[in-house]
Amino acid sequence: MRIAAKGLTYVYNPKSSFATQALKGVDLTIEEGEFFGIIGHTGSGKSTFVQHLNALIRLTGGELKVGEYDLADKKCKVLELRSKVGMVFQYPEYQLFAETVKKDVAFGLKNFRKGISAEETEAAVREALSVAGLLYDEVAERSPFELSGGQRRRVAIAGVIVTKPEVLILDEPAAGLDPLGKKELMELLHAIHGQWCKTIVIVSHDMDEIAENCTRAAVFSEGKVAFCGTPKELFSRGEELAAMGLDVPVTARCAQILRENGIELDTDFTCGDFIGKVLALYRGDGAPAPCAGGEQEPAAARAEREEGAPALREGGEDAQ
Amino acid sequence: MLNDVTFGQYYPAKSFVHNMDPRMKLLLVIAYIVAIFIANNFFGLLLVTFVLLFFILLARVPFGRVLRSIKMILFLIVFTAVLNLLFYTGGENDIVLAKWWIITISWQSIINTVFLAMRLLLLVLGTALLTLTTTPVALTDGIESLLKPLKYIKVPVHELALVMSIALRFIPTLMEETNRIVAAQKARGANFETGGIFRRAKAMIPVLIPLLVSAFRRAEDLGDAMDARCYSGAKGRTKYKKLTFTWRDLLGFLFFAALITGIVFLNIYLLGRFDIIWQVQEWFGA
Repeated sequence: MRIAAKGLTYVYNPKSSFATQALKGVDLTIEEGEFFGIIGHTGSGKSTFVQHLNALIRLTGGELKVGEYDLADKKCKVLELRSKVGMVFQYPEYQLFAETVKKDVAFGLKNFRKGISAEETEAAVREALSVAGLLYDEVAERSPFELSGGQRRRVAIAGVIVTKPEVLILDEPAAGLDPLGKKELMELLHAIHGQWCKTIVIVSHDMDEIAENCTRAAVFSEGKVAFCGTPKELFSRGEELAAMGLDVPVTARCAQILRENGIELDTDFTCGDFIGKVLALYRGDGAPAPCAGGEQEPAAARAEREEGAPALREGGEDAQ
Repeated sequence: MLNDVTFGQYYPAKSFVHNMDPRMKLLLVIAYIVAIFIANNFFGLLLVTFVLLFFILLARVPFGRVLRSIKMILFLIVFTAVLNLLFYTGGENDIVLAKWWIITISWQSIINTVFLAMRLLLLVLGTALLTLTTTPVALTDGIESLLKPLKYIKVPVHELALVMSIALRFIPTLMEETNRIVAAQKARGANFETGGIFRRAKAMIPVLIPLLVSAFRRAEDLGDAMDARCYSGAKGRTKYKKLTFTWRDLLGFLFFAALITGIVFLNIYLLGRFDIIWQVQEWFGA
């Protein structure tokens, strides 16, 4: 499903002294199949925007089309839309309520598909839990409140993906997780992406997360899209981001230091690509380079790093 | 995020009324309520109305803001007014205008209706003025201070006041939390808008349980934070903001003393609320 917003505006508490314009004309298109990142400050309108995508906030100004659903149409089938656009809120583990994990995960399924059979429900729950990285037989009959924080978050995500939404939106999915948990969660999202949910949209503060995972990203600032493009395009504009009070990923900071020392690096700011480029540069300067590729595709660079790293280790052993 | 409902309706301004001691304001509101209930004719209520208007002007709160507080209980006022109008029966002196089955409308019931509606309106407006000019924190401070004598019969006044201010503090937080959980469950297809009363009540379960869990979590966190800062109850505890009576409070006190005296005077020397009927009859010779 293609998401297309044009001139989207939204005002909280209209006609009162507390009126706040959260969106001031958002133009944004998210193509099917993207792993899209949304970046922005608190109050930049990003949460308001994503809540429009499954009609949790009804459209009041501008145009918004999600697949064939026209949100401007009052007769738009909201329930159907919500089953196709899944939304995982920040700290989703706090929305769990049922006595057992199984019942909680089935909640959405039963809401969207009235009269679904018990066997079908169980099969769907089993599948969703296993995609979310949990063993059905281990957790299904337990209370969600007995599980660990990370497991509960997985249960909550399973509860959203159980209806196989075409678009999955996640608001700060990795917030409050430890580094390993974050890594596992991102792996989970990549596993879901493509086959289970065609499009994934994540809202994040973590620039490394955006640089590593997203095909494209949009920066929200004061209710508008300030920038939209690939992470490579985005993080080459470090100064502009800093002006908006936003950070850049570690790789972009390193690239900046290199640039200050007269070394220009053409990287897409993923760790793999960045290190690959640095290694190539290092080998080119010193010992004869094992790989004589000048212009490289990011994927090729990633492959090269994976090959290059063990080679380096072998070299180390030889020296001993 | 932005549409959270803040409890209380404090209207920040600098005025005579804002600067009064919350304890005195509480006492004066009690006096005001007493005044409304002892007034038994329209002149008394009129006097109370003038006092209210005077204080609203003094508080520099826009009239619209004060009137908005009626909205909440408008239904109650209309409901009691209708009941009074249709079912009030005073006695043999009633001048009946219409009668059908158990419904009677008399001059007395009309007057009584107007009188009670006025009483309710004045009550709400007066108490609204208190919450408009006093922050919830000052209010609980005032209540704690006024209830201090109860300490001698082992009532944990300080703790009760603390519970009250914590409750007030957490209303907006929990409201925000509720909105978030409602949105999350709606995203999973929950339907809160349609269906009968039982279905809607049942639909609230996926909201209420996470809310309750989160309230307990917050309570525990708060308890830990207070422990970490060595909170140990009222014993040996001093106040950051000390309440002091000033000339404003003395003026207010004198004003209300005069009001009550005036109303008692009107009650004694003027006629009861229904006597206006005989008066009017006399004038028009009906």
